[in-house]
Amino acid sequence: MNNYLKLEFPSMPSNVGLARLVVATFASQLEFTLAEIEEIRVAVSEAVSNCVIHAYPKNPGIIELNLTIADGRLIIQIKDFGKGIENIEQAKQATYSTEPEHMGLGLVFMESFMDEMILTSRPLEGTTVIMKKCPERGPADVGISGNN
Amino acid sequence: MILKTERQGANLIVFIDGELDLETAPLFKETIEKKLNQYESVRHLILDLEKVSFIDSSGLGAILGRYKRLSGQGGKISAIKVSQPVKRIFELSGLLKVVKIYENRQQALDNK
Repeated sequence: MNNYLKLEFPSMPSNVGLARLVVATFASQLEFTLAEIEEIRVAVSEAVSNCVIHAYPKNPGIIELNLTIADGRLIIQIKDFGKGIENIEQAKQATYSTEPEHMGLGLVFMESFMDEMILTSRPLEGTTVIMKKCPERGPADVGISGNN
Repeated sequence: MILKTERQGANLIVFIDGELDLETAPLFKETIEKKLNQYESVRHLILDLEKVSFIDSSGLGAILGRYKRLSGQGGKISAIKVSQPVKRIFELSGLLKVVKIYENRQQALDNK
């Protein structure tokens, strides 16, 4: 069955854990394994943390979280209206970070833990990340017995 | 996240209970920096991760930051009781090159 959830919240560090919890709960409607849910939690944590650290470095701004389940697949869209990324290719490099206490691994984790990641950004307009993931064991609602 | 620290000679053992992310990394950093300033002879930081339910790159960054300080003084970091998901993040990030994993506190103490 298809489903969706839309959520908006300010880019505060305390909301990173909240976003993880919401996405993990929503994702559990599909037949993800615990290890896959863990990967989704990390990917969401990295994406929302990026909004807090990079999109709105001075004052909290708006983060939009859109979750969709369609055709047995989870689609996560995380959108901010912050300062944007100047050079996406450079940002994707492992160990590249503009902040000293950060490892520059956020985008690497997002790419390796999700099946697909699309990053679009415009300086001063904001950044949108779309991440998709299908349960390894296949879509949950395929088959006659799965439908109520 | 709840942090507890215990000093044993040149070792500082830190028990971490909760999630190590962007929200909690500052507390982790401040608590350990304060203890390292207080106990100048500490050269070995042992992180007890048994109760760490989540870690991401912000948590790893906070650990790496402490490694940079300790390694500059000839010290090192070990992690004990590491769960499988956390271990996987450690492996993928390359942090295992600088943080050694042991089963328990005694093993970490023996390998100083």
